[in-house]
Amino acid sequence: MKTSSIIILVAIAAAIGVLLMYSVDFSTYDTISSAKEKPGKYVHLIARLDKSKPIQYDAIKDPNYLSFYATDSLGGSTQVIYHNTKPSELEQSDRIVLKGKMEGNVFECDNILLKCPSKYKDDKKQLEKTVSQY
Amino acid sequence: MKFEGEHLLPGEVGHFFVLLAFVASLVSSVAYFYASAIKNDSEKRSWIFFARGAFFIQFISLVTVFITIYYICSHHYFEYLYSYKHASKELEPKYLLACIWEGQEGSFILWSLWHCVLGSILIFTSKKREAPILAIVTLAQFVLLLMIVGIYIGDTRIGSSPFVLTRNEINGPIFSQPNYLSFIKDGIGLNVLLRNYWMVIHPPILFLGFASTIVPLGFAYSSLSTKNFTDWIKPALPWTLFSCCVLGVGIMMGGKWAYESLSFGGYWAWDPVENAALVPWMILISGLHCMAVYNSTGNALRASYLFIILAYFFVLYSTFLTRTGILGDTSVHSFTEAGLAMNVLIGIYVVIISLPVLFLFVYNYKKIPAIQKEENISSREFWMFIGSLIFFLAALFIIGVTSLPVYNKVFGTNYADPQDREFTYNKVLVLVAFIIGVLTAFSQYLKYRNTEKKYLIKNIALPVSIAVILTFLLVFFYPIEYTKKGPGFLIAIYIALFASIFSVIANAAYLKTVLKGNLKAGGAAIAHLGFALMITGMLISSGNKKVISDNRKTGLFIPFDKDPTGRQTEDPMENLTLLKNVPTQMGNYTVTYLRDSAASEKNRTFYKLHFQKIDSTTGKSTEDFMLAPDSYRMKDNNLSSNPGTRHYLTHDVFTYISTISVKNQDADTAQFKIHEVGIKDTVFYSKGYFVLNDVLKNPNNERFHFTPSDTALVADITVYGQDSTKTKAYPALVISNQQINFIDDTLIRQNLFLNLAGLANDKKFKIGVKESDIPTDFITLKAYVFPYINLVWAGLLIMACGFVVSIGRRAKAANYITALSVLFVLAGLFYMFLVANS
Repeated sequence: MKTSSIIILVAIAAAIGVLLMYSVDFSTYDTISSAKEKPGKYVHLIARLDKSKPIQYDAIKDPNYLSFYATDSLGGSTQVIYHNTKPSELEQSDRIVLKGKMEGNVFECDNILLKCPSKYKDDKKQLEKTVSQY
Repeated sequence: MKFEGEHLLPGEVGHFFVLLAFVASLVSSVAYFYASAIKNDSEKRSWIFFARGAFFIQFISLVTVFITIYYICSHHYFEYLYSYKHASKELEPKYLLACIWEGQEGSFILWSLWHCVLGSILIFTSKKREAPILAIVTLAQFVLLLMIVGIYIGDTRIGSSPFVLTRNEINGPIFSQPNYLSFIKDGIGLNVLLRNYWMVIHPPILFLGFASTIVPLGFAYSSLSTKNFTDWIKPALPWTLFSCCVLGVGIMMGGKWAYESLSFGGYWAWDPVENAALVPWMILISGLHCMAVYNSTGNALRASYLFIILAYFFVLYSTFLTRTGILGDTSVHSFTEAGLAMNVLIGIYVVIISLPVLFLFVYNYKKIPAIQKEENISSREFWMFIGSLIFFLAALFIIGVTSLPVYNKVFGTNYADPQDREFTYNKVLVLVAFIIGVLTAFSQYLKYRNTEKKYLIKNIALPVSIAVILTFLLVFFYPIEYTKKGPGFLIAIYIALFASIFSVIANAAYLKTVLKGNLKAGGAAIAHLGFALMITGMLISSGNKKVISDNRKTGLFIPFDKDPTGRQTEDPMENLTLLKNVPTQMGNYTVTYLRDSAASEKNRTFYKLHFQKIDSTTGKSTEDFMLAPDSYRMKDNNLSSNPGTRHYLTHDVFTYISTISVKNQDADTAQFKIHEVGIKDTVFYSKGYFVLNDVLKNPNNERFHFTPSDTALVADITVYGQDSTKTKAYPALVISNQQINFIDDTLIRQNLFLNLAGLANDKKFKIGVKESDIPTDFITLKAYVFPYINLVWAGLLIMACGFVVSIGRRAKAANYITALSVLFVLAGLFYMFLVANS
């Protein structure tokens, strides 16, 4: 291979690199309060379910409407609306990753990733909990 | 304290053989390294002989370890943590195998067992390269076994043994009692998501793919260490082909698994775990093409080295991504936090295998022969190299985006996935698909070194024309309806579709016209044909995937009073609730949820759905079938669903359960009771009363949006409950296509069903009332139609066969052996991908 072809290849690589930079619109992890400061911006929240507030979901009325409240470690709190079915492990989850954006006072979520203790069977603490129930 | 009922012998035996395998792999590796450095032939031979002995000792030890793990799992010896975590009494034998590779330790053992198998073949076939290649393989074995060796140096435990005891690992009050085992009634068992036959077959194939990538690396190392840079490509080619074939099939098995039994709604989601497996494959494919170029022309030797070394590096990198829990927040595959230890061990792997080989390559770079003359632009090698490079850059792009959590960790940033992850990848890779499609189509017709223009044009003209015609036919008769990303992306899909169709046609034509049906020489053309067919199938099935569980089209839908996000109730949403025995329109089908049936495994239920397509003109049923998606409901209400899919040659109807009603054993026997009610009349029911306020013709209100051309009556009812609630209800009666449809209204809180059953005399209306003490059974599901998905699986089959043909040719196997292998692979994959489970 000669210099000219190497130059061509580097040019292709650079072009793809530029394409990559412009094409990927990364989102960010935010707290509830920082998400509230940028309404309409797509963010990821790491939060937990607020069990003191009601979870509203009725599959017969509308299977695509779930409303609940989430809090984060910094004390922020928001109502979350998720236009999908209620993940069955929601109540058991100890950490949830919410993807979406703040719209007014509610967080409009389009994806929920649950971190459930039951899935973490390699987690020692969880095993200990299970074992102490015997 | 003496504990009762424990079986400690298998664990001791197992751990002994782990240690023996560990030591033997180290001994074997050292002996092989030593042997490769010795010049004296007889001394070299005796070292190799010694190293072989150690190698087979560790092979036998590992087999014993594997059998021992199976033994403790199948006998439900829950005193072992591995058995307790992964096995349970109800598991069928095949799932007992699966629970071995569910855990980290078991999957490492699987990986190292494949190293043993491949190593044994190499011992007998690689002749003078045996010492350096096996030195690398046994060194890799040493590192893999380090991860499961479970020994203490001071207070630090190195690796985690699969034979540790539950009572030593977990704190709990029961372990202070000698009879603690009698409290552990059952193991936790295999994760329900993984109880599937793909879990039995997919990990061994995938790990064979991963394990086999060490062979090309071993060949590269052998040449670098002996400074004989040129003659490793030829013997390494069949191995590289094998690795590409197995890894490719393994990855797509994962896709098929996700498609047919995990509720991901498709076969590929650009999930980090999927990407982590795909990237090494893509780089290996680049390496393969460079090796082929070198084999025919002497070009691209340095690139071959680089790609092979990088492919192995990315195998390790993907191990790091998937096994250390770093992807925790981005992947749906929940992998566990394995902590620092795993990071350190994978780091050791990279430092003692990948980096030294890379260093040797860089050190010897100048000495590796390279042709100084520039490739001719009309030569096959030039375009093959360009294709390899594009594939490699695409792989870097994928891993670049996937590695986001790693940047966050390293730089302390808090970047997260883009809003539409799939589109981020798709918009770049649709262009890659176009380039690769065109390249794989015409480069077959190029000759190495130089091609006459006339020859190329003469041969390529017909395939191009056919592909153009086919693409236009598609545009007009079966257009892609993926419009949500705008016309630009739609055009990109069409361009990629053209390129992949072009490639299918061109490769088929090449087999026929140039090779004159000589399939033996056509491995590459067959594999490219299959790959292009697979891409065609992906573009069509994903581009025209349809959600048929669209909740707009049923009468059931009752919006909440106010959606704070301002969503219009007309927005299509993917979930649809089906009440038991209530036929519901779904796409072209009328679907009725008939009954549940329990499965042999506990907590698993099948939901029988009756699909019927009724011809609107004749009223006859044109399609009629049952689907039975299922779900596991665990004791803590976790739900895990497996889809039910109806396979047709041209499309699949795919359903899966997203919510189920809480099960109630008593059947609902309540019937509608008809009351004749005038306007403003009051009717009592057990928990209150309701008033018929009015009956409206074609109303346009919060619930219904009829137009004057409709024929619809809607009863406006206010229900006053005992609990002093006031609720509006709108049962309706709609006449369309000369059929009367009743749209019942359900007041869940009151367990009251209202129905406008028709007109009565004296300006009265028939209102049906049903009260139920138990909640109605219902399921909420998603349903899709995937068109032409079989092209994806058929393409994969053809690609695998192409690889096998090429392996046969490169390894100079007898024709009948190649033919038998192709038949075997074809039959096996055909069964797995297209017959089983349908």
